[in-house]
Amino acid sequence: MTTTSLSPGRTWARLPRRHVPVLVTLALLLVLYGVGVSQYRAFSNVQVVFNVFIDNGFLLVVAVGMTFVILTGGIDLSVGSVVAMTAMVSAFLLREGWPAALVLVVALLIGPTLGFLMGCVIHFFDIQPFIVTLAGMFFARGMCTFISDSSIPITDGFWTTMSQQRIGDPSGTFVSISVLIAFAVVAVAAYVLAYTRLGRNVYAVGGNAQSALLMGLPVGRTRIAVYTISGLCAAVGGILLSFYTLSGAPLIAVGMELDVIAAVVIGGTVLTGGAGYVFGTVLGVLVLGVIQTLITFDGSLNSWWTKIVIGGLLFAFILLQRLIGIRYK
Amino acid sequence: MTGSHPVLTMTGISKSFPGVRALDGVDFRLFPGEVHALMGENGAGKSTLIKVLTGVYGVDRGTVALAGEQVSFTGPMQATAAGVSTVFQEVNLCTNLSVAENIFIGREPRRLGAVRWGEMRRRARALLTRLDLDIDVNAPLGSFSLAIQQMVAIARAIDIEARVLVLDEPTSSLDTGEVAQLFRVMRSLRDDGIAILFVTHFLDQVYRIADRITVLRNGQLVGEWTTGDLPQLSLVEKMIGKELDVLERLDEQPRRDVAATEGTPLLEARALGRRSAVAPFDLTVHAGEVVGLAGLLGSGRTEVARLLFGADRADHGSVRVDGSPTSLRTPVAAIARGIGFCSENRRAEGIVADLSVRENIVLAMQAARGWLRPIPRRRQDELVDRWVRALHIRPADPEIPVGNLSGGNQQKVLLARWLITEPRLLILDEPTRGIDIGAKTEIQRLVAQLSDGGTAVLFISAELEEVLRLSHRIAVMRDHELVTQLTNDQSVDADRIMQAIAAGAAHEGVPS
Repeated sequence: MTTTSLSPGRTWARLPRRHVPVLVTLALLLVLYGVGVSQYRAFSNVQVVFNVFIDNGFLLVVAVGMTFVILTGGIDLSVGSVVAMTAMVSAFLLREGWPAALVLVVALLIGPTLGFLMGCVIHFFDIQPFIVTLAGMFFARGMCTFISDSSIPITDGFWTTMSQQRIGDPSGTFVSISVLIAFAVVAVAAYVLAYTRLGRNVYAVGGNAQSALLMGLPVGRTRIAVYTISGLCAAVGGILLSFYTLSGAPLIAVGMELDVIAAVVIGGTVLTGGAGYVFGTVLGVLVLGVIQTLITFDGSLNSWWTKIVIGGLLFAFILLQRLIGIRYK
Repeated sequence: MTGSHPVLTMTGISKSFPGVRALDGVDFRLFPGEVHALMGENGAGKSTLIKVLTGVYGVDRGTVALAGEQVSFTGPMQATAAGVSTVFQEVNLCTNLSVAENIFIGREPRRLGAVRWGEMRRRARALLTRLDLDIDVNAPLGSFSLAIQQMVAIARAIDIEARVLVLDEPTSSLDTGEVAQLFRVMRSLRDDGIAILFVTHFLDQVYRIADRITVLRNGQLVGEWTTGDLPQLSLVEKMIGKELDVLERLDEQPRRDVAATEGTPLLEARALGRRSAVAPFDLTVHAGEVVGLAGLLGSGRTEVARLLFGADRADHGSVRVDGSPTSLRTPVAAIARGIGFCSENRRAEGIVADLSVRENIVLAMQAARGWLRPIPRRRQDELVDRWVRALHIRPADPEIPVGNLSGGNQQKVLLARWLITEPRLLILDEPTRGIDIGAKTEIQRLVAQLSDGGTAVLFISAELEEVLRLSHRIAVMRDHELVTQLTNDQSVDADRIMQAIAAGAAHEGVPS
């Protein structure tokens, strides 16, 4: 976001094109929220907003990782399975009696390791990210069932504390620790993308990998890094999910990678890479969350309506990106 | 003008590729504060020499010395770090990033690992001011013209304390004004003591900017001259290695009088236009007529061509072919009516680099027949063989991938593709850009032959001289508008067209 901070004398009136998608998402979010508030009295309760974050904290973290990947023009289909595998491994190791700290370390290492390996395959063998991460997806999902073909409950003290701890004021509004972790991840990611060489290289590679190479930028290292980051975010997301559900289940988070990609695209990141912001991804996740909440509030609508609305929105946003010609190439 | 010691000395450079001796004992030296033009036809070894210099290739024999010290770069980054920066023909920057970032990415000013955006923008502005460029450094590079992008590439190159700046065909996609701006920058850099190695195909540009000329031919050094000692005609002779009989002959050929403009025109556009691309224009083309389309880059020449070919859809006006109203809504419709179009962007829109010469040549013909009726292989071989010979496509092997051919030969393949379909109107958009003088002459001669044979040609070129030489009639474009049409008789010369381009008023009150 900071790429555009104002230079002296620049007017606010001129709206940079690359901000249009994010602003459209923001407007959409406000409209959705406005609809909710006008239809349901309880919607205006601040806790509703907090609940959106509580229910989607893990999704947000995974989407942040996906933002890195999509910014380079890649895709990571393995994240849903990695989330499930991380939760599964945690639950299994805790049941085996491992100390919580050690379990955390192991669980947080699996995702980035798999991401690193996939990144290496993508870079060194020059294979489509789609197919490599598809393989990763099957592998991780298979590992879940290999560990256990049924759900494993978590009873560990640390996990239950993290799950039940409420942070908030006495009046009753609160967030979970997971939300704070998600916010921290968002803040770090936004900083990395805007202020570090790695972050800027991500944009350069997504803009034109060939040029980036000729400008002497470490294209290979950047590519491998984004899949590692995505794997790490998926692992963190998996831990947050296990805090949320207090279990590891082999078939949890199936198809989640597609929700994540939808959130990132609705958040204004261009699928061909090179343009987009973490802030947009936050908005994208919120849009999905608010739609879900609206449908829950309505009560009469089937939850599949969420998917139908998201499908429509995705179409609209991809068309929007096309129309404003965000693809500079 | 030149210091006493060269900043760069290349001695006895030899480099072979399987089957080709690209460089054979070439010497080259470059002094601080000079613009040194490296000339030669395509395949003469210019690119190889530059790639050796910048460390893309290693050498088989020979040495490279920078400021007296022998160096051996392993890659462009190392060369850049040592003060040898290269700006390539295609702008190798990231159009999605801001101008400032494109200049500094990879070596951004940082504090504790964090990029200092303010400092970066300030330095970018300072650097661009030095290049006489006042643009918003925050705007994405893609929002600027190719010329400005090129300047930004140069800004990036010189920021790295460059002692040697290599410009590999920087002007091939710039228009006249942009070239002038680039030359101003080059002169000011030269005056700062930077040594500039300049590669171009435009001979007149060499005489405008270069202090010294080195000519290569077939991988060998022909010689080194100061510009004043080498008249243009001798330069061309040195490059080609023979008397310029072909060129001369074409030059002496009197401009043929206007072809038969009686009768029904082959193509007649009435108030044809497309919003935000080109204002409505009238244009008629008769069989056997060469109509030149002159104008600056971006003046709407390509847009006219694309409308006539159906690549873009007109939202205004009508087209008649042979007098009957027609709708050229798609290229397929245009091809069916005998219209062919060679795009200016041959890499992206023309040739298919991975297919063989033969496959590329039969592509349009196959498309015209429909994919269900394959052309028999023997017929293909026959046709391809004939055109490979007629157009002197080198190497004359129809089975090698087109991507391996030089730019000029790729252009010929593209031409052959349309010629075998025997089009009645051939639209050529910048067919001679970026190709060497020999191939250029051949293509010009081909246009003349086609016209003699009754084919109409719409010839688009930024080089006025070329348009003047070939065209019966010249339509001048300015700011996306067809401003005037001139019959190419004795009264028309480059000045008059320039005036038309500049003012759009050449048809009124110009003393001749």
